[in-house]
Amino acid sequence: MGPRANELAPASSATSSFTMLRRLPIWLVILVLVGLFVLYSMLTGDYLSTLQFLVIGVRLTVVSAVLSYALALAVGLIIALGRVSRNLLAYNLATLYVEIMRGVPLLVILLYAQFVVVPGLSNWLDLNLHTRLLWQRNSAIAGVIGLALGYAAYLAEVYRAGIESIERGQMEAARSLGMTYGQAMRHVILPQALRRVLPALGNDFIAIMKDTSLLTIISVSELTYYARQEASRTFQYFRTYNAAAFLYLTLTLLLSLGVRYIERRTSGGRR
Amino acid sequence: MDDANTVITVNDVCKRFGSLQALDHVSTTVKRGEVLMIIGPSGSGKSTLLRCINHLEVPDSGTVTIDGTEVNERRGNINRVRADVGMVFQRFELFPHLTVLDNICLAQQQVRRRPRTEAEEHAHSLLEKVGIPEKRLSYPTQLSGGQQQRVAIARALAMQPKVMLFDEPTSALDPEMIKEVLDVMLDLAHEGMTMVVVSHEMGFARNAANRVMFMDYGKVVEEGVPEQVFSHPQHDRTKLFLSRILH
Ligand SMILES: Nc1ncnc2c1ncn2[C@@H]1O[C@H](COP(=O)(O)OP(=O)(O)OP(=O)(O)O)[C@@H](O)[C@H]1O
Ligand SMILES: [Mg+2]
Repeated sequence: MGPRANELAPASSATSSFTMLRRLPIWLVILVLVGLFVLYSMLTGDYLSTLQFLVIGVRLTVVSAVLSYALALAVGLIIALGRVSRNLLAYNLATLYVEIMRGVPLLVILLYAQFVVVPGLSNWLDLNLHTRLLWQRNSAIAGVIGLALGYAAYLAEVYRAGIESIERGQMEAARSLGMTYGQAMRHVILPQALRRVLPALGNDFIAIMKDTSLLTIISVSELTYYARQEASRTFQYFRTYNAAAFLYLTLTLLLSLGVRYIERRTSGGRR
Repeated sequence: MDDANTVITVNDVCKRFGSLQALDHVSTTVKRGEVLMIIGPSGSGKSTLLRCINHLEVPDSGTVTIDGTEVNERRGNINRVRADVGMVFQRFELFPHLTVLDNICLAQQQVRRRPRTEAEEHAHSLLEKVGIPEKRLSYPTQLSGGQQQRVAIARALAMQPKVMLFDEPTSALDPEMIKEVLDVMLDLAHEGMTMVVVSHEMGFARNAANRVMFMDYGKVVEEGVPEQVFSHPQHDRTKLFLSRILH
């Protein structure tokens, strides 16, 4: 590839090496180098024990990210359908939801989830004392609900942008065949819209992965929670938070590569 | 008025867009097997009239009746009527995420509730009819414009409509592809399909149209058999318009 580029533009080898440089994901190289360095110091120095301790938290970080994202995907889709609906009630309810959830800090939403929503929910479901205590002690449930409700608003706007990016003629063609609004949405509009917003949806998964660190405030024993424990136990702030950052970075980097892959695949097969 | 031979009755339909009167008291009827051609300058309301017939655009006043059923917003009715009215768009509007076969099967399965095998068989015979049976597993983007429009026609025909509406079906096509689409439309007309066609294709008008309607400023200026409208137009606006498109 390199020699061919030179053949085509023999006079401007400076430009072609520049474009080569641009193609190379330099940021990725630097990141890998930093990662290797960190890994090296971890395996040699005292990082190993820190890391071993923090890794326990990774499980709950990943689990709550996956669960809240899945829930947010479902709730967000419903909200988005309300946002594009011609039904005034649905439109206004959905818009109200989005405005409120985007206007309130995620941290405050999480506090609501823990101290208002979950107790309310367990009252409403009329749970027995045992389950009720279990729910309250297991704050991860509140954490997942809170993250999901907050992110649903963001995802709803992503979906909506996708739905609105589909040309009006598609809906008209479907309706002209006698399909109902719902059938047209499900079989014609949404499949195209989802394909278009797949990268954006993926980015929000990365964001939710990072935002699980907020769960530490309601004592969910995820990665940041473990980091804070370790730091206050050993007073090794620099080392501990380095290790935590490294673990988060590893998670998000893997996801980011996944998103890039999806992006490339979907943009290849578009019209 | 609503005798059994009338498929479309448009009665005193008006439609405004803001201050613009897109349709101004338009009335007409289309008989079974008739091919009505609508001509007129850009912005004269031809598309709006077609779109009012299947209520993609809801008229402000007046009524549209398809085969004895008045089209209105009542639940169920509108979808049932639309299924009986095929529509072909200027820009094809095939579903890009579906194969040709799935484009033709989707509404058959969803609206007509046909089992997949039956829908596929029907799709095959329609693709045969429009001359591209070999493209059934292609995606719309892999087809030429003319092929896409022929698939769009097959997709509409799959619902076994009582009438077909065409909105400038060849005006987005390269010249060498126009004929293949017009040939399909001619076949349809000769088989007795009731058609309303917005187009300025004179060849089609001469060979297939029973009646030509000239519209301007949202009004029907004049209508009659093609021979009469083209050779002896009654109104100056018609004459002026024809002199422009016929050179
Ligand atoms: N959804 C809409 N909103 C506002 N104005 C519209 C809308 N649809 C059509 N119009 C206007 O109504 C008038 C009639 O439009 P229409 O599309 O029926 O014309 P047409 O005869 O089909 O023209 P063309 O030959 O350009 O397709 C035009 O002035 C157009 O700008
Ligand atoms: Mg038009």
